[in-house]
Amino acid sequence: MGFMNLFKHFLGDDWGVHPDDRKRPAANRPLRTMPVPEKLYLPLQQHLGGPARPVVLVGQQVKKGELIAEAQGMISAPIHAPTSGTIVAVTDITAPHPSGLTLPAIILAADGRDEWIDCQGCADPFALDPAEIGKRVAAAGVVGLGGAAFPSAVKLTGAARSKVKTLVINGGECEPYLSCDDRQMRERAADIVDGIRIMLHATGAREALVGIEDNKPEAIAAMQAAAAGEAEVHIRPIPARYPMGSEKQLVQVLTGKEVAAESRTFDIGILVHNVGTALAVRAAIRDGRPLISRVVTVNGNCANDPGNIEVLVGTLAEEVIAFAGGLKGDGIGLARRVMGGPMMGMQIPHWRVPVVKGTSGILAFDAQEVAAQEPDPCIRCGSCVKACPMGLLPLEMSARIRNSAYDEAVGIGLKDCIACGCCAYVCPSKIPLVQYFVHAKGELAAQDRNKLRNDATKKLAQQRQERLDREAREKAEAAAKRKAEREAAAAAKAAAEAAAKQATETEGESA
Amino acid sequence: MIAAILSLTVLGAVLGIALGIANKFLKVEGNPIVDELVDLMPGSNCGQCGYPGCVGAAEAIVAGTAPATCCPPGGKALVSAIAAKLGLTVDLSALGDDGPKIATVAEELCIGCCRCARVCPTDAILGGPKQIHNVFREACTGCEACIEKCPTEALVMKPVPVTLQHWVMPKPRLA
Amino acid sequence: MTPATLTAQTVASPHAHGGNSVSRTMFRVQLALLPATLYGFWLYGWPAFFLWALTILSCVAFEVLSLKLMGTPRIKGTLFDGSAMLTGWLLAMTLPPWAPWWVAVVGGFIAIVIGKQVFGGLGQNVFNPAMVARVALLVSFPLPLTLWVAPLPMSTLPTPDFVSSLRIFLTSLPVPDAMTSATLLGHAKTELARGIDLATALHAGPDLSWIGMRAGSFGESAAVLILCGGLYLLITRVITWHAPLAVLAGVAIPAAIAHAVDPGRFLSAEAHLLSGALMLGAFFIATDYVTSPNTTTGQIIFGLGIGLLTWVIRSFGGYPEGVAFAVLLMNAMTPVIDRFCKPRILGRDRKGKPLDIPENA
Repeated sequence: MGFMNLFKHFLGDDWGVHPDDRKRPAANRPLRTMPVPEKLYLPLQQHLGGPARPVVLVGQQVKKGELIAEAQGMISAPIHAPTSGTIVAVTDITAPHPSGLTLPAIILAADGRDEWIDCQGCADPFALDPAEIGKRVAAAGVVGLGGAAFPSAVKLTGAARSKVKTLVINGGECEPYLSCDDRQMRERAADIVDGIRIMLHATGAREALVGIEDNKPEAIAAMQAAAAGEAEVHIRPIPARYPMGSEKQLVQVLTGKEVAAESRTFDIGILVHNVGTALAVRAAIRDGRPLISRVVTVNGNCANDPGNIEVLVGTLAEEVIAFAGGLKGDGIGLARRVMGGPMMGMQIPHWRVPVVKGTSGILAFDAQEVAAQEPDPCIRCGSCVKACPMGLLPLEMSARIRNSAYDEAVGIGLKDCIACGCCAYVCPSKIPLVQYFVHAKGELAAQDRNKLRNDATKKLAQQRQERLDREAREKAEAAAKRKAEREAAAAAKAAAEAAAKQATETEGESA
Repeated sequence: MIAAILSLTVLGAVLGIALGIANKFLKVEGNPIVDELVDLMPGSNCGQCGYPGCVGAAEAIVAGTAPATCCPPGGKALVSAIAAKLGLTVDLSALGDDGPKIATVAEELCIGCCRCARVCPTDAILGGPKQIHNVFREACTGCEACIEKCPTEALVMKPVPVTLQHWVMPKPRLA
Repeated sequence: MTPATLTAQTVASPHAHGGNSVSRTMFRVQLALLPATLYGFWLYGWPAFFLWALTILSCVAFEVLSLKLMGTPRIKGTLFDGSAMLTGWLLAMTLPPWAPWWVAVVGGFIAIVIGKQVFGGLGQNVFNPAMVARVALLVSFPLPLTLWVAPLPMSTLPTPDFVSSLRIFLTSLPVPDAMTSATLLGHAKTELARGIDLATALHAGPDLSWIGMRAGSFGESAAVLILCGGLYLLITRVITWHAPLAVLAGVAIPAAIAHAVDPGRFLSAEAHLLSGALMLGAFFIATDYVTSPNTTTGQIIFGLGIGLLTWVIRSFGGYPEGVAFAVLLMNAMTPVIDRFCKPRILGRDRKGKPLDIPENA
């Protein structure tokens, strides 16, 4: 722990935790590129927002980079074929998700030729209209590569509209074990800076602050060298603390501004993007290439040869691991499979799930790293309160959630929780605090959905009653009308008969 | 000692009168809690509880003549909500409820007689005469009014399938 | 390890842990208490050792009994987390070193069963169990709880050997008058009640001693060693400085002011800091996780309250020693303190409203 961190600890201003970062030796190995696998599994939902809709048919031949699913709705992203080949199926596959449930995906069989479609690049992105940049980035299916996978074009155009002044580039990579951003900054710094400048042009921001944690000295040096000539791009080393890469914390440390609760960074004139996204934006604009691959860190005690691999989106995790050297003892010590980082990543049910646009790491943990244990009762030590970067009270929230008092938990700040995992990391009783919070948020969402459903069914019942009433009324009216007609007809007939009878009588009299 | 007896008697009398006055002037008309309970319920007035509609069941629950578990379509969620609102303790383990159920049509058995569609309180069943019927998932409240009407037993109650969007992380089990 | 260790149930992140555990924390606290305890054995002999051992043993035994009666599934794990042992150890530190065996047993019962398990077990108690037991014992059995012994190295009588110590411990034989001694606080209070000025009283009475050469409990005699233990806990980050410093300040400041105003009536700050269970209370009792507030601001208020109440009880109250009472009173205030001293949520103001969005960001 550095001197500044020690001083801040004394003052009590030390949110977050300092896990061993365990990034080396994986971070020191150069990037390896994985060859095209035989089959690619492309989920239709690899981003936040509406799922993409397939535009291909089974049996269709596609080229590398061809559109295979289009964006649906305002917040969505298209999906492109990562290699040339044939569409084998559009079906459900196991989602890279702890539930083990399925989601629809397009399965593509590679033909081995890896042929690109014609890409429309651009020699001078700075001559392009910012709106046009936004359109091309959207068409390329670029999403936030830091993990959240929010469609980047929406952020860029929204930022231009809100007139943001500062672009914050997240090179923090605060999660232990992961080093994909680190490697990309070391090896592709010039391209990243180029991408940053394109994003500056697209949003109209005046300066870009690149935050890089100080446990990555080589990356800092490389980026500083690449940005040396650029006046608007500033490289800023920041203290290594988890979760320094979290948007709110990063903005506060780099600019001193605090993002208000329930609002976005736009509202204070800031836009945050990951370094990997900057690279993807550059590829989309300069080369006209869509987002079809990303760098993934393979790490963990069970990994034979940890390192960073450039893989095509849709590659199964199983194959990535095999390419990366496999697992020790064929996975005999494996205690948990994680996609993402150890603090916020997802447990996956098995390795046969695909890498998606937001996958930053594939981790194979043994029992010692996971340190799973039956939880003890809460001893109210307050370590979680000290660790929480958002200033919440995890012990109080989890006590209420345990008793299913979800609304009370919301009252003390559940909605502000970023699920970073600091509280559970430090808890001496090993209470699964984050699981309580994620469960509560899910339950509340389910309750909201139920309420909407109940409102809808009440309305349907009401409408049905009205329909029945209306039908009964119309029936009664029709019956009454018919009766009136019948009576009128009978009356008319009686009158006619009476008139005829009178006529004959009169005739008889006069005769 | 006389002083003590006297003062306490006077105090008791004064407070008793104050309570009586309050009971008369600060009385709550009606019972808003019945409306709150009705809001929680599915609202299809299916009658499975045996009371006249959801309002009838809510009134009975508040009066104490009906248990909080009397509404089958509401399931465990409704029972917990009612218990929370009224401050009751309910033994949820007695409910054999594994989640909400909705009606589904076995297409090979349906003869298109339309008897089910006529009784559905939310018009959730779609189908014309001699056409295979289908149930709208979002409109079915699980009231089971249609099940006994079907002459070929094509209608069965099945649990709502969980999708990725609706999945909820399970609560951690206590040690 | 076989793949069978892979968890079949769904778990959320994080998938790593910092390594902290309840038993590690308890062990560290016990380690911090060890120097003062060993010194206490040397000062007071075998009876003191028996008392310490039986207090801990009875606490652990009652914990096992309670857990069995409550039907807890993991008795072994819960037992060995070290909390019952620590409660017994702390209680022993506050008792007169030659207290008889039944004080230890009754104290253990009150501390564990009434002070902790009845509330729901570990983490659920409102009051510090050791302090509950001490206060209950003091109020119920004032005589054995106020019979202090002069440290053996100072005494003229021969030190009791193992067998006679056992006899002293088990048969509650009256302690020879020559061996009894008053604590500084007890002496000061009785003399003041008799109308004697403090300056004269302290001349005749026990000396203030940093190395504990005067009558008192384990915690009282070895104030310096307790301080060392407290510093160890601070360095290993088991406790933070807020509560202990607040307790000491809460006593020292009013004591210094009052002593400056009327030295004949009020003891000096130094006397207060070194007497009674104050050092023990500041570093080991006020920092108890379960019964103290969660936030640092809350802990400061909590500590100041304990210090102030201790000084008030010692100077104006009927009992010579006030730490235990002060701690219990402030324990009752902890939920209120917690309610008002919440940390500020990032992005919101102190009241919980989202921060204002500046117009021209």
